[in-house]
Parts: sequence; C-alpha cells; structure tokens
Amino acid sequence: MERHIKLPLTEQDIRELHAGDYVYLTGEIYTARDAAHKRMKEALDRKSGLPFEISGSVVYYMGPSPAREGRVIGSAGPTTSSRMDRYVPSLLDLGMKGMIGKGKRSAQVIDAMRRNRCVYFAAVGGAGALLSKCIKKSESVAYEDLGTEAIRKLYVEDFPAIVAIDSEGRDLYASV
Amino acid sequence: MVREVAVDTITDAVCDMCIRSNHFLSPDMEKALKEAAERETRPLAVQVLEQLKENLKIAGEEMIPICQDTGMAVVFMDIGQDVHFVGGDLTEAVHEGVRQGYQKGYLRKSVVGDPLLRVNTGDNTPAILHCRIVPGDKVTITLAPKGFGSENMSSLVMLKPADGTEGVKQGVIKAVRDAGPNACPPLVVGVGIGGTFEKAALMAKEALTRPVGLHAKLPHIEKLECELLEEINRLGIGPGGLGGNTTALAVNINTYATHIAGLPLAVNLCCHVNRHISRVV
Repeated sequence: MERHIKLPLTEQDIRELHAGDYVYLTGEIYTARDAAHKRMKEALDRKSGLPFEISGSVVYYMGPSPAREGRVIGSAGPTTSSRMDRYVPSLLDLGMKGMIGKGKRSAQVIDAMRRNRCVYFAAVGGAGALLSKCIKKSESVAYEDLGTEAIRKLYVEDFPAIVAIDSEGRDLYASV
Repeated sequence: MVREVAVDTITDAVCDMCIRSNHFLSPDMEKALKEAAERETRPLAVQVLEQLKENLKIAGEEMIPICQDTGMAVVFMDIGQDVHFVGGDLTEAVHEGVRQGYQKGYLRKSVVGDPLLRVNTGDNTPAILHCRIVPGDKVTITLAPKGFGSENMSSLVMLKPADGTEGVKQGVIKAVRDAGPNACPPLVVGVGIGGTFEKAALMAKEALTRPVGLHAKLPHIEKLECELLEEINRLGIGPGGLGGNTTALAVNINTYATHIAGLPLAVNLCCHVNRHISRVV
C-alpha cells in the first residue's frame, strides 16, 4: 500500500502503518548517527537534556556529503541502523516515534518499539543523490564539531521509504 | 631505461579519480544494474532497482555523489620497475590526491585518525595504499572508494584443507546471509581463497575491482563463481534486503598458492555502489 504521511506522526498514523507499506514522508526530521548517539547517551547519563525535543520526533540515521554552493545538502541516504541499536531503547522510552535507516534491528529495539508504539522506516541504501532531492531545508542543531555526524533538522517532502518494522513489531526483514 | 614520473602527476590523477568514481559508476556496474531491473519480477524489488537507476542518473547530471558514504580511498598501484619517482614522497602524493579530491569534489570526509579516539581527520586521509612492483615503465593506479556499510559485513575465516570447495561455498553464503540488508544489496562479492591471512583479504578486496561479467581465468574458479552467484541469488534477500531475485550482481574470486595446512577464505562485500576506476600514468 502507498501512503502520503505528514509529520509528526499521529497515533492514528502509527496504528495504521504496517510492515511493507510504501510511504512518502513530509515534514521535519532530525539526523543522528553513531557519534551523535554516543553524545546523546552521555547527555542522558549526566541527566542533562538532549539537543532537540525527542518526544514525538522522527530520527534519520544519516550523515550527508557536503552541499555544493546554492544547494540544501549533498548526497543523503541512510546508514546501517543496527549500529545505533544499543542507544535506541532509552530514546524510545523518551517518546521518539519514528526512525529512518536501513537494515535489521535488535530484539531489544523491536521490544521497545512495541512498548512505545514506534515505526521504523527503511530508505533505499545507496540512493543518496535521489533522496537528497526530497530534502528542502537543512539546519545544524548540535554537535557541529562532528562534521557530517552533527545533528541536523531537515524538512523533507515526499521522502520515499518502506515500513520495515511497525508498531506491533511486525518485521519485513524477518519475512525475507 | 629509467622513466621519471613526477609525483604531482600521481596527486592530480588520484584527485580526479576520487571525484569521477563517486559520481559515475563504471559501465560494467551500470549495465549489471540495468539488466537486474529487467530480470526482477517482484514489484518492490523492481521499485528499488528503478530508484537506483534514477539515483545514478541524478548523481551524474547534477554532480551529487551516488552515495553519501563516499568511502575510504583504497588505492592499488602497480609500479613499473623502470619508473623513478621525482619531486617528493609518493605516499604523501597519494594522500594529497585524496585530500584535494574529497575537498574539491564535495565528498564526505569519513575517516577518523585513531580507531579508538575517533576524531575525524577532516580531509578523508589517510588513504589505504597497496603498491606492487611490476615489469615496465608505467604506473597503473586503481582507486576504489570503499563504503563501510558493506565493509562491516565482510569476513575472513581460516578453513581447513578438508573443508574444500564445499567449505568455501558455505563460508561465502554465510557472509552474504549474515549481511542481509545491511550491506546494501545487490552486492558484488569479492572473494580471496588461499595465500596467507593478509593475502586472502587483499585478494578479496582486489577482486571487487574486476569488472562485473569478467570471470576468473581458471576454469574451476570460473565455475565456482557462477555456482555461487546462482546460490546467492536463490537466498531471496533481494535489492535493499526487501526480497527478490537480485542479491548479488557478481561473485569475483581471486586465488593464490597456500600452505599444506591451510585454506584461508576472505569475503569482502561491496554494495551496488561498487566504485572502481583505473588509470595508467
């Protein structure tokens, strides 16, 4: 099934999205990958806040290539999600509602997704040029010293993705 | 006769090759992806392959890197024994080519200087340089920017001689199955059989630079390549790991003599953005 989804995700969206659905996402998302997740974990361990409102957010595992002059962003496809897995359950418990990446997730992540009603979307790995065309705005939010691994707020329009794991824990990868 | 080669020439070539390889796939890879899209029957698999074709078109036309992971620069250099490098340090000249290429080409800087301290070097150096001395007075440079989604799913096992061809097959299939969607299929599977621990890994890496569709010269290895490709594509992992008949585009195997006690097997996976480019200086 093909669906156009406006972000943030509503409870109804989350309920209705099923593993295998093809979606086009429009709205705000945040980028974070390995190094940013490590810093967020350290921030939580110190009991200090995260650099953006995690509750209700959608996080995209992506570190772009640099933008040419006059462009919003460079190549911008997903990275392997499982490297983030050990940091993710605590972010889900804080209310993160969506993740975009590629590849399988751990049992702990899937449990936490079910517990907190979250959706995991897969974007096509290695389609960074194509996906960059859906990114209309990009601004740096935190950890700028990490370069490509800094946290960015993006505005995406009709960003193509597939529901890989839904809020009931159904896993498209497990059926392949 | 000794031929002098200025190291600046090497820097310029490496710089240009970094930019080209990250925006344009080699013709063999482009053809293999196109043929895969024509063969696939599952709608989602066709959709993913069509996205990849469109992605290549956008990358070339608008000069946006094919993938945001523009890789760590792996450089193979076959240096003619009659070449004399002048004008500086050859290794530094290669690093400088990478530095310039990744800066001028708006390529991502994905290298950390120390594997544990993990501070980005900011210019994608150092490169990984493999040099060989060969007859003649030419320098052949092959550059393969390697992304780590697939590098992370690669493996090396020291099989026993008794494991034989069947053990090799199982080892390759296991690596592909374990990688699943993570290595961004459809893959090119680079395999090194024989040699020593490090020789096997190096052969697997170099096998990735062989054009897709060109088989090993040894008949029994060519047969093994064909059989493995068929078995891998029966796994059903498919494009993007979302199911389909196209899990790999090619299996390229390099072999070398080995010890009476061993059968090293290295499997270096590469995603569908299998970038490789060669130039003779």
